Amino acid sequence: MFPEIGQFSLILSLFFALSLALVPLIGYWKGNRLLLETARPLTFIMSALVLVSFVILSLSFLTDDFSVLYVAQNSNSQLPVWYKFSALWGGHEGSLLLWVLILSGWCSAVALKIRTLPEDIGPVVLAVLGVVCVGFLSFLLFTSSPFARLLPDVPADGGDLNPLLQDFGLIVHPPVLYMGYVGFSVAFAFAVAALITGNLNASWARWARPWTAVSWAFLTLGITLGSWWAYYELGWGGWWFWDPVENASFMPWLAGTALLHSLAVTEKRGVFKSWTVLLAIFTFSLSLLGAFLVRSGVLTSVHSFAADPTRGIFILALLLVLVGGSLLLYAIRAAEVRSTVSFGVTGREAWLLLNNILLTVLTLTVLLGTLYPLIFDALGLGKISVGAPYFNSVFAPIALLLMVFMAVGPLSKWHHTKFRVFFKVCSISAFIATLSAGLVVYCYEFDFIAWLSLAVAFWVVFLSFSDWFGKVSAGTKGIIPRARQLPRNYYGMLLAHLGLVVTLVGIVLVSVNSHESMLRLSPGDRATVAGYEFQFDQMEQVKGPNYVASKGQFTAYKAGKAVAVLHPEKRFFSTRQQVMTEAALDAGFTRDLYVSLGERLEGSAWGVRIYVKSFVRWIWLGGLMMMAGGLLAALDKRYRKRAGV
Amino acid sequence: MHPVRKKRLLVITAIVLILSAAVGLVMYALQQNINLFFSPSQIAMGEAPRNAIIRAGGMVVKGSVKRNSDTLAVAFDVTDFQHKVTIEYRGILPDLFREGQGIVAQGKLNNDGVFEATEVLAKHDEKYMPPEITEALKNAQRSTGESAESVQSTY
Repeated sequence: MFPEIGQFSLILSLFFALSLALVPLIGYWKGNRLLLETARPLTFIMSALVLVSFVILSLSFLTDDFSVLYVAQNSNSQLPVWYKFSALWGGHEGSLLLWVLILSGWCSAVALKIRTLPEDIGPVVLAVLGVVCVGFLSFLLFTSSPFARLLPDVPADGGDLNPLLQDFGLIVHPPVLYMGYVGFSVAFAFAVAALITGNLNASWARWARPWTAVSWAFLTLGITLGSWWAYYELGWGGWWFWDPVENASFMPWLAGTALLHSLAVTEKRGVFKSWTVLLAIFTFSLSLLGAFLVRSGVLTSVHSFAADPTRGIFILALLLVLVGGSLLLYAIRAAEVRSTVSFGVTGREAWLLLNNILLTVLTLTVLLGTLYPLIFDALGLGKISVGAPYFNSVFAPIALLLMVFMAVGPLSKWHHTKFRVFFKVCSISAFIATLSAGLVVYCYEFDFIAWLSLAVAFWVVFLSFSDWFGKVSAGTKGIIPRARQLPRNYYGMLLAHLGLVVTLVGIVLVSVNSHESMLRLSPGDRATVAGYEFQFDQMEQVKGPNYVASKGQFTAYKAGKAVAVLHPEKRFFSTRQQVMTEAALDAGFTRDLYVSLGERLEGSAWGVRIYVKSFVRWIWLGGLMMMAGGLLAALDKRYRKRAGV
Repeated sequence: MHPVRKKRLLVITAIVLILSAAVGLVMYALQQNINLFFSPSQIAMGEAPRNAIIRAGGMVVKGSVKRNSDTLAVAFDVTDFQHKVTIEYRGILPDLFREGQGIVAQGKLNNDGVFEATEVLAKHDEKYMPPEITEALKNAQRSTGESAESVQSTY
């Protein structure tokens, strides 16, 4: 009975989404206020209906209603209760429902804040979001309804959630990531609404900026969480694999980063308008492309949902309609929104333009590497995979170059910068940065790339602080009051830039100073890795809620003193007959100890991975800083004042 | 030159320079890092290059997994039910590596026709079959038609 209500409520919400997509637009063309004003109530009703179906599906999971096919496939009565809830988004259908729920949540948030916009633009923004909702709701209903029933033969128990997903990571990673992915549809809706109404001025950028910053912050956090999850859960200690699906989330992030920066220029200087609109469309398209890559099964990936060609075709059609439609609109209307203000080649605009070019190039190289196997296959040239070395060797130099300029941009003035002052500050910082990086690398092993990257890191840190110091020490007031006066926006940028530096330092030190060894060990054996001595103490059998495990105990010694006790596990899940590796970690600010069990070999011997990774936590610490920076920028007083009006 | 035009020229030159550098980098990196997939039949027929990094894969033949008793070295055969190729690997195999399961390995084919793997991948869901292997099996079936049943029975 309940699942049918859930289904029915989804169908109803599709109707409301259809009306939301049509009625306000008709109102806009006819100049009818009444029709325009339906946008908000329609949005709220649609969102409420989606929420109802989401709650019903969660109840089906929590009450073990295995008459629902999707529940039977992805849950089990023995599953701990929090995994029963998160199992909702463990498969294609449920995760799509989560996607739609988050999309409608964003719509409602826009509807709540809409009063700050001119009367006729707000409803058009909601209508565009309505079109996106129609697309995803019909995708959900027509190809992948989560409420399909298994009647009358209800299975006694469910097929269980994939053991890999029975983890804290699954609870947090998908919702946060989707918040980011889907959030970019708001920026998209603003862009398309601006094209429809022809109302593209600096205030447009001011509305779109906080929304973009918040989605960007969520996407940053989502990617960071994903990387951290993969590191401890997949059992082989990597933190980024250039897997197609990781790339699918990374491309919108890169494009979204470019969008954030070009929005800043558009807001402050009124230039790059049409480019910013195009970038908003691209960012959203890349989110859709990501959905297509993950859900169509065209690419080999660790995230692959079970493949179904009709789903792939549906998303491809959705992609073509939304992207094609908006690009067509862009082609027709963009000429009218061309910027009339000029900008100087020595000003900050030029640096931000360079930022945008480099980020776009980075996005394209990732896109090419991700799609290359598809292109190759379509041309009949054979089955290939593009390895991580491709991405590393293309991405690293361009990203480093970007970071060199990243430090310079904030230091320069809008429109025109005096070259001599600029040159003095930069050359001193460059000198100090190169020296200190050399010193650090000298203490470890010398490695050219590491030295270069660290020099860039120091360069950004020095220039950021000298910029901040220059700003607070100017004028007659004291340093602290001036520091307080600087906008949150500025501190957000500073924090995000420093976050990227922290991530860079983490990446560099992990790559040059990690010790990985795979060994054959029996209880009682000792092995030395990177100055740490690991003793394999014992092995025992333990029983979990829905698995049995072999649990090892390792003690790590440094200079004869025990520093950590680690318990790696090998779990066997009986429902799925599947084995899972649970790595044991001793996390630290400057190093991680990582032990994971391989297979059991003859006798009491086990294959064991032992890693000592330096500074790996910094990679995610930097991600958190970037997220905080994005949120701080979105909370700038400028935007809040508008909200109060 | 008109200052606006001069500015535009500067911007365009910068874009062209960066783009061409990026394209060069991409071409070079792609040339180095593309790994072609070969099925056991293709390897048996000598289509696969020796001593170049390639990918190979198929179903792990039952009873073919041999482990060294002192080290982590392991050898096993993979098949597309037409031909077999022996894969040697030193290290820890993934959790879903099992006899009868489809796997993909990356490495080099040595002069003895043995595939020396540096990486062995099995997917994270047991229902999931790497697309390369699905296709390799289909091709192998098509070429004779006889072994269709044996393929079916292995899953």
